[in-house]
Amino acid sequence: MYEVEDLVKDLSTKYGTGRSSLMPILQGIVEKHNYLSDEVMVEVAKTLDISAAEVYGTASFYTFLDTQVRGKYVIRVCKTITCSMKGKGEIMQVIEDMLKIRPGETTPDRMFSLLETNCIGWCHKAPAILINEIPYTELTPEKVVEILKSYMKTK
Amino acid sequence: MINLTINDQKVAVPAGTTVLEAAKSLKINIPTLCNHPDLCVAGNCRVCVVEQKGARTLVASCATPVSEGMEINTNTLKVRNARRHIVELLLSEHRSDCTKCYKNTKCELQALANEFAFGDNIFLDLVEDHSYTIDRSSPSFVKDDSKCIRCQRCVRTCSELQYISAIAVANKGAHQKISSFHDRPMSHVICTNCGQCVARCPTGALTEKTYIDQVWDAIYDPDKYVIVQTAPAVRVALGEDLGYDPGERVTGKMVNALRQIGFDSVLDTDFSADLTIMEEGTELLTRLKKALVDKDASIKFPMFTSCSPGWIKFIEHKYPEFLPNLSTCKSPQQMFGALAKTFYAEKKKIDPAKVVSVSIMPCTAKKYEADRPEMRASGYKDIDFVLTTRELAVMIKQAGLDFRNLESAGYDNIMGDSTGAAVIFGATGGVMEAALRTAYEIVTGREVPFNNLNITPVRGLEGVKEATVKIEGCTDDWKFLEGAELKVAIAHGLVNANKLMAEVREGKSPYHFIEIMACPGGCIGGGGQPIPTSKEIRQNRINAIYSEDENMVLRKSHDNPDVIALYKEFLGKPNSHKAHELLHTHYVERDNF
Repeated sequence: MYEVEDLVKDLSTKYGTGRSSLMPILQGIVEKHNYLSDEVMVEVAKTLDISAAEVYGTASFYTFLDTQVRGKYVIRVCKTITCSMKGKGEIMQVIEDMLKIRPGETTPDRMFSLLETNCIGWCHKAPAILINEIPYTELTPEKVVEILKSYMKTK
Repeated sequence: MINLTINDQKVAVPAGTTVLEAAKSLKINIPTLCNHPDLCVAGNCRVCVVEQKGARTLVASCATPVSEGMEINTNTLKVRNARRHIVELLLSEHRSDCTKCYKNTKCELQALANEFAFGDNIFLDLVEDHSYTIDRSSPSFVKDDSKCIRCQRCVRTCSELQYISAIAVANKGAHQKISSFHDRPMSHVICTNCGQCVARCPTGALTEKTYIDQVWDAIYDPDKYVIVQTAPAVRVALGEDLGYDPGERVTGKMVNALRQIGFDSVLDTDFSADLTIMEEGTELLTRLKKALVDKDASIKFPMFTSCSPGWIKFIEHKYPEFLPNLSTCKSPQQMFGALAKTFYAEKKKIDPAKVVSVSIMPCTAKKYEADRPEMRASGYKDIDFVLTTRELAVMIKQAGLDFRNLESAGYDNIMGDSTGAAVIFGATGGVMEAALRTAYEIVTGREVPFNNLNITPVRGLEGVKEATVKIEGCTDDWKFLEGAELKVAIAHGLVNANKLMAEVREGKSPYHFIEIMACPGGCIGGGGQPIPTSKEIRQNRINAIYSEDENMVLRKSHDNPDVIALYKEFLGKPNSHKAHELLHTHYVERDNF
């Protein structure tokens, strides 16, 4: 378990404790832990002297600020029209089969979460996915298997 | 001054005035929905759009300041069609089960629909496709998201007036909703149950949790003896739901109506308000004595009043380290409850198990307070059901009473007597004034040195008020207070309470005694009072409270004959062992989210 208090303290030292520091602090937490736990949102609220409901309100507005438990690697499959036409469905199926989870779920070992996302700007190289910050493009089922295998090895 | 024309009428208004306000000054009515006189401008519902000459689009009149030479039209075809579509779009996301809704005929959206959007709605009904939550977890109110149109009056209320923000806007687009922290049940978050959001919700999305049926069941049960008590603030506001103007006192008619509804005893919370003053005044003086004479370091100052259950929950969540500063006195409602099933049942020779104790309150938090596990001093649930002023108005209508033509009647005896000091509990500063009237007299043997007992510095709608009372000519028992200056402060609305509490936390609070009421204006502005509310309406209710006080023969709590008899026959003296068992309580530290 990570030290929530220390992390929020570090981030608030870096970004300040004003209302406008909320976004960078939340982003900093997600960068490190992939999602915002209730515990960490309460700690942020306390540090910035705002209500926890407001922190949750902000976090829930942004797709990339997750408030659900997420794995170490968050896979976001682009669901927009170009990727859909270029084989997104197959890509999704391969990932589901390999990880034994459906979109919105996280593997029991908390390694992978599978999500859909709106356009990530890689239409010219569709179909595309994001794993955390890294885009993978012009995917085929074979390529996806290789990519996931490499992630599985690094755990 | 800025000159503009609205519907071809010239008007000059100060800079910064909104188009909506300027139109109002010309008696031109522009419909609004998210707008509320107590809250900041939101401009999100768009119902108030008007046409501005030269502007590309229609503008929201609530959020548009006037400018020189502006030409506004509020009643063009374009405006009319836009308003209709806006209302229809709001309706497409609102579960319109109007005939079954608690807010039926009292709903602002319904009124707008009636004006602009009757007939078939051209938009698809989106309610069916959504799964909505109806949160009934709080004993005080129900939050039904399927009726919510996201005008955010509740969010602004909770933040601007109450400094809690138990609810905020979560998610976005079609999924946007008003949510507690991570969608937790309202009973398990920082919500104080004050009901200020309920009093401002334009639809049926936030309503009090009603216990009307349970009370009727008790009344019709021949085996039950049903006692009712009425809070001071109810009598100056109930009329508003029954066709009277704000500020009309309807005390006598209300008592008669309660009797005709079928309550077996009609008694007065004012009685236990006087009792609260005896207990709380004595507690304050005892604390002063312990601190000043006995040098007891465990005694904390300032002492806070404890009558407002919204305030109690606020301090439990936000300032738990100051719980020892809270008076241990229960609120008048709960003091009454503890005595109803003990002292009163004994006097009337009724089996307390058969007593059903109902209270009529201006408050939704009182429903929560009655449910607190501590509130069972009589061996039973001290207060069985709490109804708001609004619910009582419903019952009066259900009973078919012609309220306007009812004769005035008086309260029953034993726990029905009261003084002017108790009545003013309903207004901000009232508890303080009542306490000073009694405490000063206990210490000096003389009446408090204000003209006609009216301690005017503690009155009024200013957010934070303060006063200093110099204590002179003490009796022998209280010589240690000779020449002392008692500093007091009063706050109403939790945003103001927070100002005083921040001072206390910083160690800069100069006060000995602080009165706090959770709601703006005190109980007369409570979350259970007739809707709508505004500063003007609250002022009218306050004026009514003070004229009720002036009209009373007895105006000091310690002169209440029922209270004197209670101590003589049952409790002994203020803060006695028995009084502590029945009339005092303790508090719980809670999470700050």
